[in-house]
Amino acid sequence: MTAQTFAVPARAATSTRVTIGRVIVYGFAAIVGLCLLFAPFLFPDVRAQEVAARICVFIVLVASYDLLIGYTGIVSFAHTMFFGLGAYGTAIALKTMGRGFDAILVGGSLGVLAAFVLAVLIGLLSLRVKAIFFAMVTLAAASVMLVLASQLSNFTGGEDGITYEIPRFFSPANRLEDANGDQVRLFGVPVTGRLYLYYFVFLSSLALFYLMVRIVRSPLGTVLQAIRENEMRAEAIGYRVVAYRTSVFCIAAVVAALAGVLRAVWLRYTGPDVTLSFDIMIDVLLMVVIGGMGTMVGAIVGVVIMTLAQFYLKDLMGAGAQATADLPLIPELLNPDRWLLWLGILFILLVYFFPSGIAGTLLGKGGRK
Amino acid sequence: MTAFIRTENLTIRFGGHAAVNDVTCAFQPGELTVIVGPNGAGKTTWFNLVSGQLKPTEGRIFKGATEITRLSASARAKTGIGRAFQLTNLFPKLTVLENVRLAVQAKAGQGPSALRNAASLTDLGDKAARYLEQTRLSAVAHLPASALPHSDQRKLEVAMLAAMEPDIFMFDEPTAGMSVDEAPVILELIAELKKDRSKTILLVEHKMDVVRALADRIVVLHNGELVADGKPAEVMALPIVREIYLGVGAEQVA
Repeated sequence: MTAQTFAVPARAATSTRVTIGRVIVYGFAAIVGLCLLFAPFLFPDVRAQEVAARICVFIVLVASYDLLIGYTGIVSFAHTMFFGLGAYGTAIALKTMGRGFDAILVGGSLGVLAAFVLAVLIGLLSLRVKAIFFAMVTLAAASVMLVLASQLSNFTGGEDGITYEIPRFFSPANRLEDANGDQVRLFGVPVTGRLYLYYFVFLSSLALFYLMVRIVRSPLGTVLQAIRENEMRAEAIGYRVVAYRTSVFCIAAVVAALAGVLRAVWLRYTGPDVTLSFDIMIDVLLMVVIGGMGTMVGAIVGVVIMTLAQFYLKDLMGAGAQATADLPLIPELLNPDRWLLWLGILFILLVYFFPSGIAGTLLGKGGRK
Repeated sequence: MTAFIRTENLTIRFGGHAAVNDVTCAFQPGELTVIVGPNGAGKTTWFNLVSGQLKPTEGRIFKGATEITRLSASARAKTGIGRAFQLTNLFPKLTVLENVRLAVQAKAGQGPSALRNAASLTDLGDKAARYLEQTRLSAVAHLPASALPHSDQRKLEVAMLAAMEPDIFMFDEPTAGMSVDEAPVILELIAELKKDRSKTILLVEHKMDVVRALADRIVVLHNGELVADGKPAEVMALPIVREIYLGVGAEQVA
């Protein structure tokens, strides 16, 4: 670039601040990445595995939602619907076709295809209207899907959802044995199908996340941000806003559906509570906001903080209550039953101190107008 | 000679009020026309109709032999109609370079599927950098557009228009709100564009010195109607023009 000397002082001042924020955010993301990469060896207990796999899948889900709300400025409440389509497609196929990779492939593809078709329809029919009406349309679509999932119970298992088996290759019973028939261990961890499954989820999530990072850094990504910033001007310099919006809506829907496939394979259970419900939608929304909209890396920050809080805040509070058992009042406040209160306080503090999300604020992408 | 851009009986009504009323006029390549008229005369509305931000109630718009009345703003931009806005109309959180690169990219038609890193597309970046150099914005290329002072935002507005490489340039008060020593940069750019005889330039402007320095032709709008059209000296001499437009500031003209 054309570096001009007289501009240096002003830029140096801003860049030091940005650099510290950058180091913190990208350092955190790198640590999370390494933890997830070695999760089976670092945290071998079952619950920690659940948390790690959930973090992987949700990073993809939240990042794909950030493509919409953060980069393009599209507010959609149908994101868990696409997530659910991927998950239900896989689940129903695994249930009816039996535990094979072919079932995952067929069911997953159909789920993703359904998500794509639905996204095209919703996009073309309603992305022309104002943001608030579009949000309402997606809300309606998501409600319909939720009702369908609970009503078509011989197909979807209704409220109870579906439990099924996954390919034998991924089951804990698939042990890797050496010549003597002994279990092979890697760093003391038995090598089983469960380990393969974790890496299947991890590597797929990594690939999807990388794809989205490429999208936002590409020329398309700049156009999406331009549409968010000033729709009228984007149109005036020659971009068909509706076409771009519909495309990104479809991309996000397909990625969400693929995340749903991963979720279904990992959990061996699919039901409204884990894929379709509005509780999940609100979680996703909070994760994007806490992490920082329009940053991609914010998805990592938001998902990790929220997920750890959801899984471990109770434990932490229990320990805190025991440690302070002799003091007045404090053990009462730290009673694990009050974990939602503390989660709420945590959100308020985060939003107060990081108005454009943690990553957004630290990276200096100020949302303050 | 076929007109480069032509409006035929162009009319738009908001409720009962005709903001642009039955305007028929044509513009040729190599001609710089200044559109003048008091506030509310319909200058910006006429611009919006031509560049596609508004759709006319009646009348038609042609570019060359093609009718473009029903085309969207983005489609019109693709046919070569470029527009800069009166109120700065940028992508505030994107950097100055990104703002211009978007315009270059729109012209180049970079496929949306290209997953290459936008910053590494040097052909686009270099071209954008050249336009920034022309508008003397290179030093602030990496600042967000919203961080620029007003006069630099106006320059960026012009840089974006130039980067679209249109054959019809539409400037809506490009020097509004700029200081006396900043405005000449913009005017020099416009004068530079004028040298290319294949371009049509339309300019809404209030400042009489600007009009005199640049105009090949003046079109006067008043209450949405075209009241005068011709060579600067002729138009300025018309009694009706002196009355409706220059009456207030007649000494400015003298």
